[in-house]
Amino acid sequence: MSTPFDEEAFRTEPEARALVSRIHELLREELRGEPVSLMEVCGTHTVAISRAGIRSLMPDGLKLLSGPGCPVCVTPLSEIDRAIGASTLPDVILTTFGDMMRVPGSQSTLEKERAEGADVRILYSPLQAIEIAEESPESQIVFVGVGFETTSPTIAATVVEAARRGIGNLSVFPFFKTVPRALDMLARVPGRPLDGYICPGHVSAIIGSGAYEPIAREHNMPCVVTGFEPLDILAGIVMLLEQAASVRAGGNAKVETQYSRAVTREGNLAAQAVIADVFQECDAEWREIGTIPMSGHEFSERYRAFDARDRIDVDVPAPAGPSGCICGEIMLGQKLPTDCPLFATRCTPREAVGPCMVSTEGACAAFYKYDRETTEVP
Amino acid sequence: MCLAVPGRIIEIDGQNAKVDFGGVTREANLMLMEDAAVGEYVLIHAGFAIQRLNAEEAEETLRLYGELARALEKDDERKK
Repeated sequence: MSTPFDEEAFRTEPEARALVSRIHELLREELRGEPVSLMEVCGTHTVAISRAGIRSLMPDGLKLLSGPGCPVCVTPLSEIDRAIGASTLPDVILTTFGDMMRVPGSQSTLEKERAEGADVRILYSPLQAIEIAEESPESQIVFVGVGFETTSPTIAATVVEAARRGIGNLSVFPFFKTVPRALDMLARVPGRPLDGYICPGHVSAIIGSGAYEPIAREHNMPCVVTGFEPLDILAGIVMLLEQAASVRAGGNAKVETQYSRAVTREGNLAAQAVIADVFQECDAEWREIGTIPMSGHEFSERYRAFDARDRIDVDVPAPAGPSGCICGEIMLGQKLPTDCPLFATRCTPREAVGPCMVSTEGACAAFYKYDRETTEVP
Repeated sequence: MCLAVPGRIIEIDGQNAKVDFGGVTREANLMLMEDAAVGEYVLIHAGFAIQRLNAEEAEETLRLYGELARALEKDDERKK
């Protein structure tokens, strides 16, 4: 049975062709062929754009940049080392989403530690950590809490449920990041290299499109909340180019929602309430970028007992990061993966040097897999 | 990491739901959804329903792109 939400409905060729044609027309006529740079700030968008071959369909002069939208890529080395260190403790069962397994710390990975006997388990849902905690009362269950606002409410809800059941042997590393603060920081980069944000679809399903209104207003930065299918992304680009043309002609930027089947202005209020109950905002370090004020979530006073940093005593070595890697500049929209001397030479998905290559949603991994041979990258 | 998949709620038992993904059924938690109802389409992420989907908006979006495609086809024919 087909539904209006089937992915095939948003992948049809005549509609894609019309949207691509409109993109070319807008750049040529409304923007007079002057260069435009748009940034997507969601790893799921990065992969979707590369997989659909959208870069190769774009006119010369239109650059699609990948921002710091992959939670795994922006998790600092010290936090990865802490999770790896915790996994080696004899009474700990370390639980995580699969994305974290191969991310290199200073000396090891979770995958290597598991091969050497550490109890590391990949979860589909954080709720599974509660089941493990109940089955193994003598162990400490630690969840590696990585993610943006799409994921953090699912972990917050898990903590609420664990507290309700009186579970005392479950804790979480709170390595969460929030998207709007990062967009605000990137919009302040001198010289204004960006003309608009392709705002994340599922983060916005939680926080609502209204969360970007201060960014559009204060930086006159076009923002379009966009879905993940090819027609969604192409239409999001059309909407951004229309706004970019208006802004260059002296108009005001605004927030628009292409992904209106899933995103409202106010977002998911129940999820926001759970986040506000369990977490509080804190400064957060973004790997290769630095500290962005109030761009992270740590536990609120009420749920502080779940903070794994207080419960699990790990010696974290001084971080030893990869040298020669330009992931930081890539995530700031200043460079493309193909600008990196290590790209596809010393740094490949099999032997990754930097975080953007090791995560499947990193810009370098997406470029390596899909764009390397099909696109002349400027 | 922010992947979420649309599915249809086919059964609700307290905070747990059975969700149909085009023939495959999985459990999902409803703690983050207010007033979820059987028959609704929702986005599922990490075992939780995180937002309901709006069929009218989906249809309107597709109708708009369809119009654009037809306009382009007419334009192409005129140029021939």
